[in-house]
Amino acid sequence: MRSRLDPLVTVAAPVLLVLVVALLGANAGAVRKLEFDDALVNTAIVVALYVFIGNSGVLSFGHMSFVAIGAYLSGILTLGAEQKNFVLPAMYPFLRHTHVSTVSSLALAALAGGVFALLTGIALMRLSGLPAGIATFAVLGITANVISYWDKIGPGVTALALVPESGTWTLAIGAVIAIVVAFAYQRSRFGRRLRATREDPQAAEASGIHVHRERLVAFVISGALAGFAGGLLVHELGSITVDQVDLELTFITLAMLVIGGVQSVWGAVLGALLISGLNSFLNDAEQGVHIPFYVNLPDGSRLVALGVVMALVLILRPSGLTGGREVTVGGLRRAAHLWRS
Amino acid sequence: MSSFLQAVIDGIGLGAVYAVVAVGIGLVFGVMRLVNLAYGELITAAAYTLAFLSGAPSVVAIAACFAVAIVGALVMERVAFRPLRGASPATMLVASFAISFLLQNVYLLSFGSRGSTVGTLGGLNTAIAIGTLRIRWISVVAIIVGAVLLAGLTLFLNRTTVGLHLRASAADFRTARLLGVRADRVIAFSFAISGALAAAVAVLLTVQSPLVTPDFGVQVTIFALIGVVVGGLDRLATATAGGFLIGFATAFVGDELPSSSSVYLPSVVYGLVIAVLLLRPGGLFAGGRGLSAERV
Repeated sequence: MRSRLDPLVTVAAPVLLVLVVALLGANAGAVRKLEFDDALVNTAIVVALYVFIGNSGVLSFGHMSFVAIGAYLSGILTLGAEQKNFVLPAMYPFLRHTHVSTVSSLALAALAGGVFALLTGIALMRLSGLPAGIATFAVLGITANVISYWDKIGPGVTALALVPESGTWTLAIGAVIAIVVAFAYQRSRFGRRLRATREDPQAAEASGIHVHRERLVAFVISGALAGFAGGLLVHELGSITVDQVDLELTFITLAMLVIGGVQSVWGAVLGALLISGLNSFLNDAEQGVHIPFYVNLPDGSRLVALGVVMALVLILRPSGLTGGREVTVGGLRRAAHLWRS
Repeated sequence: MSSFLQAVIDGIGLGAVYAVVAVGIGLVFGVMRLVNLAYGELITAAAYTLAFLSGAPSVVAIAACFAVAIVGALVMERVAFRPLRGASPATMLVASFAISFLLQNVYLLSFGSRGSTVGTLGGLNTAIAIGTLRIRWISVVAIIVGAVLLAGLTLFLNRTTVGLHLRASAADFRTARLLGVRADRVIAFSFAISGALAAAVAVLLTVQSPLVTPDFGVQVTIFALIGVVVGGLDRLATATAGGFLIGFATAFVGDELPSSSSVYLPSVVYGLVIAVLLLRPGGLFAGGRGLSAERV
């Protein structure tokens, strides 16, 4: 049964969850805080992925190129002038002499991600299925290759360091912005039309929906959010290297999305936070931890355990933990009922 | 001229290896629409087996290597992919990534990151000189092994009942089942063959690069997968041709280009891949038929 409060609950649930995580992070110790910050940035990235992949049903392996561009642009623009002249002497003058605040750099990162997504999307959105996956993967390959060797736009393979770091609340607000944008898009007529093409491309086309254009709209919004999330990432870490925004992040964030449930914002947020949390817990368990009883995992077993959990969730619940459903009033009632009985 | 000829021979040698990988990936995809990213970890497992049996006679080491890869493929199918049958191809792809990630870290935890060295068949890395031309034995062996495997597989697919079942399942899995093809057996068979091919690839690759690390099979798998899609995933022949092409291109261009100008080479290759996919979404060799239905 549908309720008029459904839209409100659907957006409030993931936002609240993010705020709770931020509250825990802001009051945690210095080491622990990093893990919460990481979870918040992952949430923003996975929500950006969701906007395109979840609504269109087309797989993209290329979104980390938008994250990379956002991260590098935002990082370079907020670096101090004297540091830039010293570390990046070969860079284009307009990049070397521009200096903006963190907030403006995030806006510019979103703009850059969106523009890059538009340029690549015009051509790539004609593809679907595995060819689309491989073509977007190729875009990531080119981006990573160019960033690694072109010293006029960045530091190359060496790390871009000394970027001003942001606090937990800035990152949390960033994640909330991503969630709200994703929700607004999925409620809009664009989002509805794109989901129609996901369910049945032929029928959608027959009803006058322009598949290529709808996919492009989602790709651009998703690319802008990914660029924005990249800006958050560089301000969370204070530094960035190409390896950090390449294949491994691509697959980890995709796994978060699929584990949570590809077809809902709630799934994206839940997947990102749960896997990040699990990762932190396993990190602790390698040092030894009390969870009523004492657990001490051997060094290096964290990634093995993470892999086992990812594989198990996918095998046992192929449509993700949420099954691609949003939080609704009816769903909450049912949950409350189960809780009481 | 002779260096050009040498680059061609190296190209055909590596192309043969990639073609075998492409068949291993394409065979399983044909039957169950699964793009198995964990295929590389089967190659790695086979290569580790060779490394640990370096002291044993070559025949024993290679037999063990085939056994490990085939059993590994069957276990992978039974434990991970059978429960996922019927899930969306995207889910299966990400699940296979999770398994690949898991196995790489198991290797890392068990065998360390420094790597183990394979001594089996190391003599094949020496070169024979014909005039100014220097041909490494392994290129010749790779070409012969690749040709024999592909020819054998073609005969098997076209002349045996199991091969017929495999081809029928690849064409239309549901109809094939309705007509009495046993799904479990056909899928297990395709995994077993792909495991055997992974072992063959491991033997050929370890001669050229004897150091086996936890990510040994990753690059060859990703490149072969790109080749498979560029060639055309729909049919085994076009997928194999695509795999061969990408292997040939990698070795040939690597031989011909000086290293100073080759830092942007990956960008050029990826750019070409995008161009091919845009012009021929169904694959370079797909004979003009586009991919009509969404596959992943």
